[in-house]
Amino acid sequence: MKSGSNLEKVLTAGHFAFTGELGPPRGAHAEEVRKKAAFLKGQVDSVNITDNQTAMVRMASWAASLLLIEEGLEPNYQMVCRDRNRLAMQADILGASALGIRNMLCLSGDHCQFGDHPAAKGVFDIDSMQLIATAKKMRDEGKFLSGADLDGKPQIFIGAASNPFADPFEWRVHRLAKKIGAGVDFIQTQCIYNMEKFREFIRQANDMGLTEKAYILAGVTPMKSLGMAKYMKGKVPGMDVPDEIIKRLQGAAKGQQAEEGIKIALEQIAEFKEMKGVAGVHLMAIEWEHRVPEIAERAGMLPRPQV
Amino acid sequence: MIVAKRKPFDEIMQLIKGHKKVLVVGCGTCVAVCLAGGEKEVAVLSTELDMGRKLANNPVEVGSITLERQCDREYLAQLDGKVKDYDALISMACGVGIQFLAERFPDTPVLPAVDTCGLAVNQDVGWYEERCRSCGRCVLGLTGGICPVTMCAKGLYNGPCGGTNQGSCEISADQPCAWNAIYDRLKAQGRLDCILELQPPQEWKDTTPRTLIQPGYTKPEKAKA
Repeated sequence: MKSGSNLEKVLTAGHFAFTGELGPPRGAHAEEVRKKAAFLKGQVDSVNITDNQTAMVRMASWAASLLLIEEGLEPNYQMVCRDRNRLAMQADILGASALGIRNMLCLSGDHCQFGDHPAAKGVFDIDSMQLIATAKKMRDEGKFLSGADLDGKPQIFIGAASNPFADPFEWRVHRLAKKIGAGVDFIQTQCIYNMEKFREFIRQANDMGLTEKAYILAGVTPMKSLGMAKYMKGKVPGMDVPDEIIKRLQGAAKGQQAEEGIKIALEQIAEFKEMKGVAGVHLMAIEWEHRVPEIAERAGMLPRPQV
Repeated sequence: MIVAKRKPFDEIMQLIKGHKKVLVVGCGTCVAVCLAGGEKEVAVLSTELDMGRKLANNPVEVGSITLERQCDREYLAQLDGKVKDYDALISMACGVGIQFLAERFPDTPVLPAVDTCGLAVNQDVGWYEERCRSCGRCVLGLTGGICPVTMCAKGLYNGPCGGTNQGSCEISADQPCAWNAIYDRLKAQGRLDCILELQPPQEWKDTTPRTLIQPGYTKPEKAKA
């Protein structure tokens, strides 16, 4: 075991993993985190704790991760390169491991211009690829990025994101290969709506032997409404929402758009379970944590394996 | 070249508040080419300041001069003996020139009339685009002649990130994604292997003031005045 995290155990035992996501609050109320966590408890193997997502200031990812551990859930600590330099990142990795955080997700981070402090200076001292390599070096070699020895290797299962849909499509699988080469253990993809394109991406990854070197978790975000689908299609960079998704939501009976969105997600999950090279699903139910138990149940994901 | 943009008039007026006799000093090189601080812009600003202060019933005496360069001692020397006649200097040079002017005349306030905006190309008259952040460790040989430090909004060495949006950067549809462009160019040249390997973290060279001494030259004991 590299980290001994529940997620690592589930994946190495060959189970189809199911992870969730929780966005920390824009304030200091621990109760907000606990409330959301309660919906996810027992439903998923690990919960991503986002790090100032969309460049909006929120409770620190490590702090919300600790609250999650207190509630008996396993966090996947997200870390973006936008907000800290290599010293702070390595310090946070050591601190996270010391306090029992066992998974981390290495991300570039949305540009500051998206958020509530658009004039902030983005750090980007190192990029997500280099962060993966740094975490691996700390864990496996017991060395800092500088090469100096560290005393007490961090036990961290190292994850990263992959967006199969952003341009240039034909380069995306090579970028995935680079992340795996840098030392990533698992990948969670961007929200998938274009299944045809995703099938092609996974086929390429299988052909290159990548899916044997890292666990790929397919990203699923159920559409809550037609408005959300249109927003994702038109306004979110790197998102690929085909017209057929829009049409299905348009065709739903009054008050049934959310149900239709869940149905689409369930169909996707059913296909991912059978898809060669896909090791699990990462469910990003954005501000919809309370619907996760229902989705997990209907997707046949329960009970979660005890390993 | 170095490009700059004139500061808003009100800000310049605020900077010279309290001064009665000012010398506007232009620079005849980069900022003249980019229409920010050459002879013509010095004349315009001088006239504006003169009129603005008259309207405010607080007249100011404005002198004007444009040096060939403010980043060279030999040209700054032309001001020796003149500066004592003024109680402030307004420099229209880039940040380099402004500082060298202030260094030469440390007893006189030197005030900036422009904001320096980077190292840019001349796309057309009045239209300049940044291309270099002078990071000190050029990777253009690997990236198809497109700088990831300057042209990628996140300065990624292993891009593109997941925000590429139909060839544009996630920050704006008008900003091309640098890594998408790097990919396209290297692909056309048959050189995609250049970006297959992981680029290690940058050893930043621009975190302390840099001094450059070319081979064969030495730093004099004391700079000649």
